[in-house]
Amino acid sequence: MYPKDLRYSKEHEWAKVEGRRVRVGITPFAADRLSDVVYVELPKVGADVAFMQPFGVVESVKAVSDLYSPVSGKDRPEIINTDPYGAWMIVVEPRDVGELKQLMDADAYLALIGEQRS
Amino acid sequence: MSRARLEAGAGVVTDPTLRRTPLYPAHVAAGARMVPFSGWDMPVQYTGIIEEHRAVRARAGLFDVSHMGEFDIAGPGALPLIQGLVTNDLARLALGQAMYTPMCTPEGGIIDDLLVYRLGDDHLMLVVNAANTAADLAWIRDHAAGNVRVTDRSDGIALLALQGPRAQEILQRLTPAPLADIRYYWFQDEVPIAGRRALVSRTGYTGEDGFEVYADARDAVHLWDAILAEGRRDGVLPAGLGARDTLRLEAGLLLHGNDMDTTTTPLEVGLGWTVKPAKGEFVGAPALRRQKSEGVTRRLVGFTLQDRAIARHGHPIREHGAPIGRVTSGSYGPTVENSIGLGFVPLAYAEPERRLEVEIRGRGAPAVVTKLPFYKRQAAGRPG
Repeated sequence: MYPKDLRYSKEHEWAKVEGRRVRVGITPFAADRLSDVVYVELPKVGADVAFMQPFGVVESVKAVSDLYSPVSGKDRPEIINTDPYGAWMIVVEPRDVGELKQLMDADAYLALIGEQRS
Repeated sequence: MSRARLEAGAGVVTDPTLRRTPLYPAHVAAGARMVPFSGWDMPVQYTGIIEEHRAVRARAGLFDVSHMGEFDIAGPGALPLIQGLVTNDLARLALGQAMYTPMCTPEGGIIDDLLVYRLGDDHLMLVVNAANTAADLAWIRDHAAGNVRVTDRSDGIALLALQGPRAQEILQRLTPAPLADIRYYWFQDEVPIAGRRALVSRTGYTGEDGFEVYADARDAVHLWDAILAEGRRDGVLPAGLGARDTLRLEAGLLLHGNDMDTTTTPLEVGLGWTVKPAKGEFVGAPALRRQKSEGVTRRLVGFTLQDRAIARHGHPIREHGAPIGRVTSGSYGPTVENSIGLGFVPLAYAEPERRLEVEIRGRGAPAVVTKLPFYKRQAAGRPG
C-alpha cells in the first residue's frame, strides 16, 4: 500500500523520483479520507510549484482540499515528448471495453506509423 | 492535502461533548465515518456518499435522524399556541396529518422549519432541527399561555427514515398495517413493526417516496437491524448525512442554518406557499404581509455550474465580476450529474436560464439559474 521507494508529505502527498523528474500524487489514506472525489483542479501547464505550497485542489462531495507540492520546481508538460507512456492524460471507466478491440495491436500500429513515415 | 479537512472525520471522534443517538453502536459496528453535526456525533457515510445517494434513488436507504428534536404539545391551549407561532395554517391540519411550516421572528426571519403532526384534537407533535432544538423549546415555552403542556421528548424518541422507491415494500413486510393507506404527509400512530410499535409518516427529505419512523429510543437498534435485514434482498443501504445532503439539494429542499435563518424570510427562500396571512395573527405576520405586498428584493435560487468545480456555502455569486449574492449550499448532484447549488440573488437575476458566475478560488465559474427542483422523481402511482 505504501511503497518503500516513495517519499510522503505530512499533507498526504507521495513523491516518486523518476530519473530527473518527480511524479506526485495523493496517498491511499488521503484518497480514502476524501471519499467521493468529483473534481481535480491542477496548475496551468508549465506552472511553477513550490515546496509544501498548494498547487491544486481535490473536491469531494463534502469538502475541498488543497494539494501541496512535495518538491519545488516547474510542472513539465514537455514530458509528454520525452516520456509519452509515463505522461498519461486521463483515466476512463469504459462503457464498453470491447471498443478497444477496434484499436490496433503493436504490430499493426508500427505498420501504420511506418506507412506515415515513408 | 489540507490537514484540517482530512482529520475531520478520521476514525472515531472522541469529543466527549458530542451527543450520541441510540443507534451510535450500530453505526460504529457498520464502519460508518462519524462526524460532528449540530453537537451530535453522526454518521456522514458508510460505504460512500455517491453510492448511498444512488441506492436511495434506485432502491432504498435507511437514515438515522434521531438527532432531530421532538416536542409534545398538549392541552386545550396547544393548537392556539402553535398556530400563533408558525406561518402555515394548522386549521387545515386534520387528525393523522402532518404539515411543513416555518416558525418566524416578529421581523419574519425563519427561526426554524419544522413538521407539525396532529396527534389529537388538543395534541401536537413538533419535529425540529437538531441545531435549533433548545432555542425552539425556549421560544415556544416563552409564548405558552393558558392550559398547555410543552414537553421535550427528543431524548426518548429515535427517528429512522426509510427512503426510496422500494421503501414501502420493504417496510410492508415488517408490518400488518396497510402502508399504502398512509398518504403523502399523513401518518399512523402505534403501527406494529417487527414486534415493536412506532409512529409512521409518509414524509422525508430526499425527494423520494418513503417513511419516517418515530420509535421509542430503546427500540431503535432492533428496528434499524430489522429494516436493514429485511431490505437486504432489495439492496437497501444504511445512508449517512452526506447522502441526505446531496439528496435534499437535488430535490430543492432547504437546510435551515445554510439556506435560511433568522435573517431571511419564507418569501425570500421560496416558501411563500407555507405563509398564510389570512389565517389570523401569528408572530411575524405583519412583517410578512408587508413583504408580500411590497415584494421581495432578493430570492433564493437554484443554479447549475457549467463545469465540475463545486460551489460551497459562502462563495460569492457575481455577474461580470461584480458580486451580487452568495451561495448557501452547493454540491455535486450524483443523479443530475452536475455541480449544483442554491444561493441568494437580487430579484432581477432570479429568472431561470439567467447566466451568473460563482467565485470559486478567485475564478468566476459560469453558472445558470435553474428552476427548482433539480430532480423530481417519476410519479409511479404513489402519493405525493
